[in-house]
Amino acid sequence: MNTFESWLLLIIIMIPLIGAAVFIFMPKDREEMIQWSATILGLITMVLSIYCFAAYNHNDGGFQFANSWIWLDLPSNPIIGQQAIQLNLGIDGISAPMIMLTGIVMFTGVLASRSISDRPKEFFVLFFLLISGVFGVFASLDLFFLFFFYELSVLPMYLLIGIWGSSTDFKTFIRTKEYGAMKLMLYLVAGSVLIWISILAIFAESGLGTFLIPALSEIDFNTTFQLIIFPLVALGFGILAGLWPFHTWSPDGHVAAPTAVSMVHAGVLMKLGAYGIIRVGMFLLPEGAEQWAPVLLGLGTVNVIYGALSALGQRDLKYVIGYSSVSHMGYVLMGIATLNVIGLSGAVLQMFSHGIMTALFFVVVGVIYERTHTRDIGVLEGIAKKMGWVAVLFVIAGLTSLGLPGLSGFVAELLVFIGLFQTYPILGMLGIIGAGITAIYILRLVAKVFFGKLNEDIWNNMVDSKFSKQADSNYWERVSSVVLAITILVVGLFPFPFIKVIDTGVTEILAAMAGSL
Amino acid sequence: MNNLSFLLPEILVVILGFGVLTIDFFIPKNKKWSLPYIAILALTGIFIFNLIFLWGKSDELYGGILRIDGYSLFFKSAFLILGAALIASSVDYVNKNLSNPGEYYAILIFTVLAMMLLSSSGELLTAYIAVETLSFGLYVLVAFDRYNIKSNEAGTKYIILGALSSAILLFGISQIYGLLGTTQFNEMAEVLRSNNSINPGLLLGFLFLIAGLGFKVASVPFHMWAPDVYEGAPTPITAHLAVGSKAAIFVLIIRFFVTGMMPLMIDLQIILVIIAALTMTVGNLMALVQTNIKRLLAYSSIGHAGYLILGLAALVSINQEGGMTLAFISNTNLVVNGIILHTIAYGISNLAAFLSISIIYKKTGNENIKDLAGASKASPFLSMVFAASIFSLAGLPIFAGFISKFYLFTAASVQGLIWLVAIAIFASLMSLYYYLKVLKYMYIEKSEIDNKIDLSPIAFVVLSILFIAMIFIGIYPSPLMDAIQHATYALTMVN
Repeated sequence: MNTFESWLLLIIIMIPLIGAAVFIFMPKDREEMIQWSATILGLITMVLSIYCFAAYNHNDGGFQFANSWIWLDLPSNPIIGQQAIQLNLGIDGISAPMIMLTGIVMFTGVLASRSISDRPKEFFVLFFLLISGVFGVFASLDLFFLFFFYELSVLPMYLLIGIWGSSTDFKTFIRTKEYGAMKLMLYLVAGSVLIWISILAIFAESGLGTFLIPALSEIDFNTTFQLIIFPLVALGFGILAGLWPFHTWSPDGHVAAPTAVSMVHAGVLMKLGAYGIIRVGMFLLPEGAEQWAPVLLGLGTVNVIYGALSALGQRDLKYVIGYSSVSHMGYVLMGIATLNVIGLSGAVLQMFSHGIMTALFFVVVGVIYERTHTRDIGVLEGIAKKMGWVAVLFVIAGLTSLGLPGLSGFVAELLVFIGLFQTYPILGMLGIIGAGITAIYILRLVAKVFFGKLNEDIWNNMVDSKFSKQADSNYWERVSSVVLAITILVVGLFPFPFIKVIDTGVTEILAAMAGSL
Repeated sequence: MNNLSFLLPEILVVILGFGVLTIDFFIPKNKKWSLPYIAILALTGIFIFNLIFLWGKSDELYGGILRIDGYSLFFKSAFLILGAALIASSVDYVNKNLSNPGEYYAILIFTVLAMMLLSSSGELLTAYIAVETLSFGLYVLVAFDRYNIKSNEAGTKYIILGALSSAILLFGISQIYGLLGTTQFNEMAEVLRSNNSINPGLLLGFLFLIAGLGFKVASVPFHMWAPDVYEGAPTPITAHLAVGSKAAIFVLIIRFFVTGMMPLMIDLQIILVIIAALTMTVGNLMALVQTNIKRLLAYSSIGHAGYLILGLAALVSINQEGGMTLAFISNTNLVVNGIILHTIAYGISNLAAFLSISIIYKKTGNENIKDLAGASKASPFLSMVFAASIFSLAGLPIFAGFISKFYLFTAASVQGLIWLVAIAIFASLMSLYYYLKVLKYMYIEKSEIDNKIDLSPIAFVVLSILFIAMIFIGIYPSPLMDAIQHATYALTMVN
């Protein structure tokens, strides 16, 4: 491995972080300069992250691009010797697609944020901090830094949503953006509280004096400990993944957030929760995972059905997508809980596929909201005539969501279902019913909002005067959404390279589990 | 007599204190602005002198009454810098609100002297005298805004309750002296180790001692004075109360516990655990409902004292029977490192927070949280530093507060107090709510402050330094940790 590759992950984490620091010193009135530098940094990061995935050698497997730096020495201990907290980076078959996902969503998110006119400098500073944190979590092989980067990605959320977000007001149903921001923040930190406690418990129990995940995974923690700590880990990360009944922050938070933040949040941050369950929960506490898997599976099933039913009843376009995220994350949780190679691979692919799909949803809904200042399904009707690009891309996302063959969602969900039928056929049936409900709410939505009968008077009232001539997405938004749509098609049509990489990671985790049971 | 020279830094500080008073007496009124700058320069000079002069020296003065070691060197330097920072952040406030700047700065310098003595005292009565010197300075400083009724009230409250707590402290010391026959930390440890059974009277003495010191650091249930006094005192003095005096007392307590009370710590642990749990939860719960920003920060700093007391409770582990093995000492090292690191991180963040609010409220005149509205437009830099200090206090990365909390909690859970750590972590979740409320008013609410806030150059410099320090410690704590480690070894290797 050459020097560049061993530094690659650190570079990917540092580009947004340093970018954020540089933005602070940029003059406030040079918006163009800030937007362009954000775009360029986003592009570079995306290319690097795709390289990361493409260069991952699935024949070798294991942790690649690995490197470590000693960060903080702990007091020397005569029994366990000198230990230190290390910044230890590396990716395996599970985190490689996640890194690529983050890169793609970051770039498209930056493009979708070019229209932000209120304090763009501060926006990009906080947005880049968030991205850096997300990259860090996926790349860290050290519990301390995993937690460090997790908290780093939580930190800017309140301000991002509170300042640049939007409130929902249906007279009978009012959710201010401050409410959404506070709720999201408190839920996420409540999750991190549980994670923090379990990390400390694992550290203390292991007696190794290190936070390194590979080293800790060698230890057989005793069964009682695993049974107590695994639910803490699963719940802590599960809150982030939208686990029912702790999912309510997710629709409220995503709706209140500005477009790019919703994209990152629903697209990537929720995956971070599922990733954490796999990396910390299953890898370090296999017995606990084995014992608690049925519970996780049950809750995942509720997620699928409950999320889909809730989406069916929403009036706000963004709430529909918010609840559809809850429903789709249910497949991920179910896939994880099958504990077999196919199901778990499906879960990881679903994480990737849903990340891209939901980002695409939020881009187009963001465009609609910016043009019309409403997301009310009751008011929006037949807008495909005015917004052709938006309609096409929304339909692509929608079809992915309901699992049309040829698109990425189909492959992922199919794998999850196959995995489920091997272990719990009945729950597999329920999962398929969930997919059916998804088809109902998506198709109903598409039929009315995009292909209904356009009433010109309502439209003229509704549309922002700035956009009355050209209501369709602008150049940047088109690039952003087309990049996402192409990714969906590529994964849907050529899933094999993705599955091969994911397989290596999944097999190793399950082998480690089987070895310790 | 020869080793009296080890006290040179202290002697220089005394000379500086009287020097400021004298200069104040002679220079004309329109030149008095120069006083704080003289004091800052001199304190920085003494800081450098102190570092060079005492580097690597280790000795005890007057048969162990004062100890010159890595620990005292570290904290003497820290307190000298803290003194300079406090004076620097007082400049604007004093010029606008207070008369008699000479006395103000001189008394502040004397409290720095008291803090330096606290960090090196190895004996209870010396420590008591240092505590009193510190407290007397603070009594005066709290009431320094003499035409402000709140400041007067705060001063009165503080002196009455402070005197009471000093009496309790002194009673505890006399009880201990009566039963152990010594007030020196080292000798106490020896006597305690040779005694197999614990005298109930002795336990009572320690309880009184803990109560007296608990009052000084505003731990629950001895915290009632804190919010009123914090609210009434001039804001830079509030910062002093929250940072300087609290840190100094903790510095004393750490040395006392580690070098003097280790054999008894197992028996005292339950008391400390209860105080820690109460202090963390009550402090953070009460902060939730505050509308005055200084009261909010007062309760928040009560909560932070709770985390530090959690560290004290974790100095020994429950399964540590009998003698001290090297492995246990290395765990104790971990805990002491954690307490010191958190004290410093908390101190820096709190200083930044108090300096920011003293500048913002100089503009608005009120001290309610909602008067912060629009501060981010009025001064983006100031609000950025304030937001950073809030994040740091809340314990989020990349700021100092994250790593310090993580380190301290890790250390405590290694010692087997994981459930108490869980309480602490939940308490810090609660704290996030009120910290975010402050942020909300600053960044999201519409503007109340209609025009720009002008930062004076000195305030700008201090804020920048604090901001950089918060981030630097947050992302690269290694150099600071090496220094702390050095200080900790000086304590634990004595045993």
